[in-house]
Amino acid sequence: MLAYAFRRVLSAIPIALIAVTVCFFILRLAPGGPFDGERALPPNVLANLRAHYNLDQPLVTQYFIYVWRLLHGDLGPSMVIEGFSVSRLIAIGFPFTLTLALTAFVIATAVGLLAGMIAAVNQNKWPDYVLVLGVMVGVIIPNFLMAALLQLWFGVYLKWFPAGGWVNGSWMHLVLPVTVLAWPHAGRISRLMRGSMIEVLGTNYVRTARSKGLGERLVLARHAIKPALIPVVSYLGPGLSYLLTGSLAVEQIFGLPGIGKYFVTAALNRDYGIVLGTTILYMFIILALNLIVDLVYAWLDPKVRYR
Amino acid sequence: MAGITGKDAILTDYANKLARLDAPKGRSLTQDALRRLVRNKAAVVSIVVVVLIVLVAFIGPYFVPWGYSQVDWSAIRKPPDFDKGHFFGTDQNGRDMLARVLQGTQMSLIVAAVATVVSVAIGVVYGAVAGYFGGRVDAVMMRIVDIMYALPYILFVIILVVMFGRNPVLLFVGIGAIEWLTMARIVRGQTLSLKEKEFVEAARAGGAGPFTIILRHIVPNLTGPVVIYATLTIPEIIIAESFLSYLGLGVQEPQTSLGTLISFGAPVAEVLPWMLLAPAGVLVTLLLCLTYIGDGLRDALDPKDR
Repeated sequence: MLAYAFRRVLSAIPIALIAVTVCFFILRLAPGGPFDGERALPPNVLANLRAHYNLDQPLVTQYFIYVWRLLHGDLGPSMVIEGFSVSRLIAIGFPFTLTLALTAFVIATAVGLLAGMIAAVNQNKWPDYVLVLGVMVGVIIPNFLMAALLQLWFGVYLKWFPAGGWVNGSWMHLVLPVTVLAWPHAGRISRLMRGSMIEVLGTNYVRTARSKGLGERLVLARHAIKPALIPVVSYLGPGLSYLLTGSLAVEQIFGLPGIGKYFVTAALNRDYGIVLGTTILYMFIILALNLIVDLVYAWLDPKVRYR
Repeated sequence: MAGITGKDAILTDYANKLARLDAPKGRSLTQDALRRLVRNKAAVVSIVVVVLIVLVAFIGPYFVPWGYSQVDWSAIRKPPDFDKGHFFGTDQNGRDMLARVLQGTQMSLIVAAVATVVSVAIGVVYGAVAGYFGGRVDAVMMRIVDIMYALPYILFVIILVVMFGRNPVLLFVGIGAIEWLTMARIVRGQTLSLKEKEFVEAARAGGAGPFTIILRHIVPNLTGPVVIYATLTIPEIIIAESFLSYLGLGVQEPQTSLGTLISFGAPVAEVLPWMLLAPAGVLVTLLLCLTYIGDGLRDALDPKDR
């Protein structure tokens, strides 16, 4: 197990490095730069700016400077916002994004598991149909449309929750964004759970448990739930990374102060520092999540370890 | 005729029947799949609806009294008005919403079609090559896919679109170039098992080169999973395009797409609800039907995977 973990971690390092390289060069090979404003800057100012951010050096040198800094944990400065470093931006925006995504993740996973179980136990009865409908709504309607509809209905007509914006520490402002974010995730989880639960309920050992006289509740709690969880576990990692990127969009729509707000603006301004820094941060999170899922899987299923 | 036994008589009879073409016919796999698909009511209804949407989106504009960028100065921000021919109302610039929704649907459909073709083409060739050659080639190619999976995909599209300008063609290709990853994985998995089959061995014995084998013998056998997955990719592409347009990075004015229309409709939906409801209705119907078709095809082509 330890050897497997070691191998997996080692193989993740080159992937991360290559991905950083790809991001860096794609961003730089594109036309335009951070200082192409509406008004052209005087040439000497422009030259000084470019020298300050090392933009006057050959691309390969810039790349090595960037990677060197990155290895020291420095994501570099923002090139458009004065005196603002990418790490500071992440320190300001990321905790909020993480809170939003994790809240949605916990709620959605809990709701999804429960709904999937209820639907599986009541297969082809009304709770099952209600669930299928709910899943469909969540998976089909894209998040920006769902956001608009919820804002209109609960924010404007019913006035239950604020339609957007953020007041520090007010959970009311989080209800609609979290719902938008959590719904599709809960839908996918419950669909997986329903499927695997139905399969497990048809197995021989569940029949044995029933035939030896265990009550339905005990059968579920002791024999059915654990094996049914395995396919769901494998979705949790990708699911969380999906929520983290999805929250960029939701923040943009609801005007919340996470990283998403800065990212789109930064991309439009060609603020290389912020775009690259955010992308790399997300990439590392996704890689780390995949790694964790792989390790959990190897722990659950020993066959994986000896491939 | 001498020597005719009872058995011969039956065989002759059957041969005659075959010659008259009223022998019991076998059913091909395709026919089986079609029968299963036709029996799936939701899928059939969805196919009809999607065909209708496509027809109306491309033919409809010729029957609508207003053009999609034509301004009617006498009707600005007006609710649906049948006398003037504004069946879905007008927007803040006095443009007819029905004409705009039709144009937007057209645009979304074109993006979906082109991007799907791009993603299928890349994914199938990539996956088949990786699976067929195996070994080190496979390991390297699939590692690349892993790396691309690790890139946060929507950020990547945003970067692509912003950096290379808002060219619609680039938008199509950019979205398609990112959606091929899962396709490549599925195709690789199928190829790994297909290449062990006898017909591939026969082709190799007959002297066919690796690329001939891939294109002539392996790719045609991948049709089932590819069709299923491509149908399921279309809604994802439509959502990606609408999302980019929603952020203002997609299709540019005066042209429009369903996402652009929704992004303009959402902020004013309180006073001008028709501006949000019309494009939202079309988008949701389209996505719902495409999902049902994908599920139906999966059940029909791959019944064991239910």
